[in-house]
Amino acid sequence: MFATLAPILLQATLETFAMVTAALVLGTAVGLPLGVLLATSGRGELFEALIFQKTFGPIVNATRSVPFIILAVAIIPFTRLVVGTSIGTSAAIVPLTVAAIPFIARIIEGAIREVDGGLVEAAQAMGARPLQVVTKVLLPEALPGIIHGLTLTAVTLIGYSAMVGAVGAGGLGDLGIRYGYQRFRPDVMAAVVITLIVVVQLVQSLGDWMARKADKRNI
Amino acid sequence: MIRLSNVQKTYPARRGNPAHTALHGIDLDIAAGEIVGVIGRSGAGKSTLIRCINLLEVPTSGSVIVDGADVTKLSKRDLPLFRRQLGMVFQHFNLLSSRTVFDNIALPLELAGATKAEIAAAVDPLLPLVGLEDKRDRYPAELSGGQKQRVGIARALSSNPKVVLCDEVTSALDPETTRQILGLLRDINKRLGLTMVVITHEMAVVKQLCDRVAVMDGGVIVEEGKVDGIFANPTHATTQSLLADEFLDYPARPGVVADAATVTATTGQEA
Repeated sequence: MFATLAPILLQATLETFAMVTAALVLGTAVGLPLGVLLATSGRGELFEALIFQKTFGPIVNATRSVPFIILAVAIIPFTRLVVGTSIGTSAAIVPLTVAAIPFIARIIEGAIREVDGGLVEAAQAMGARPLQVVTKVLLPEALPGIIHGLTLTAVTLIGYSAMVGAVGAGGLGDLGIRYGYQRFRPDVMAAVVITLIVVVQLVQSLGDWMARKADKRNI
Repeated sequence: MIRLSNVQKTYPARRGNPAHTALHGIDLDIAAGEIVGVIGRSGAGKSTLIRCINLLEVPTSGSVIVDGADVTKLSKRDLPLFRRQLGMVFQHFNLLSSRTVFDNIALPLELAGATKAEIAAAVDPLLPLVGLEDKRDRYPAELSGGQKQRVGIARALSSNPKVVLCDEVTSALDPETTRQILGLLRDINKRLGLTMVVITHEMAVVKQLCDRVAVMDGGVIVEEGKVDGIFANPTHATTQSLLADEFLDYPARPGVVADAATVTATTGQEA
């Protein structure tokens, strides 16, 4: 029995891994600059832009208040527009990314706000241009917090990726629902749950380790 | 070198706080190579004053002439270029925790786009100057307060500035470390011929470090002159009270003297 289960379990794990990695990378590519802007566009701040602050903040909150399963279904037309289909693993990356962007933006914003304002002042006194303050001071100093946040995002995305089975994507969640639940295979369900536990543990440990390596505040 | 003329700074009213004027028309001349102290109590406006020199605070009115140019007229693009000619040392050091000693000192040069070779050529001689040869690759978290401030000083010097602004640089340090850091600043001033503006609330700092001193209170300079003269003959009440702090005798805690007497009395009896 294990011989038949092992290949589909491996297949599903790889699909989950692909979906989560793609959503994490794309989500960071968009969420990072948005998070930096959220943290630095307030009054008297580096890139003062109160209009951005006032419009984008609520948009981020709105996106985050929609339950993921609803979001995944609601943006199906958009998903079709982007990847040409709304079914399958690559289609699932679209709603996962859309959900990850505001999540990551808020995490980056929080990590940057933790950086001591004195460092920004010092950099400006040295003649740093606003973008240099971001690249040389804010992001390096916020890095441990950002890594912790991205780890949290990865774990959340693993959970979300289980739901995209509902829109026809593969992955561990889909395997659990279709084989474990609908075909009455408790052994498959158990295997899926154990695999998810192991994957999440590994991701969390890796994230913790990387954050520790990046953190030079307590040596 | 630096001339402040009628510099005013008013913070606009916001969120129920009324408008607040931190500087009421400051006039101050600082000659090249001179160490000028600005002393005052918290809220006197001295921090705002020093930040008006490198435009971290933009004066509401008045002019700030540095090296012949009115820097309040600089565009946003040119301001960073001007600031690279000044060094600044801070009370809480403001070192990047993610960078080693070497990389912290190198930061101003990196910002100016210096090459690796240029950076090494500028930073390596600074390490022995501030006594940190053996800490080159350490992180700030591994250093004592005095060592952190030495990094802060080296960082302020790395871009080879003509002026160094010191904002309460010894206020977070113990007396012995304060003495060493002040000695280092004095030494650097002599060796490199730098102009220094030193903000402090302690007369001892002025006495050990400065050539001239301006005493501030309520956003104005109330007294100004050679340090010796001011110490010998303080005319303004604020100066007198700041000087008095230096020689302050704290009254003994009630009971301490009595206890000591009791102890001597008892031991005396036993002997």
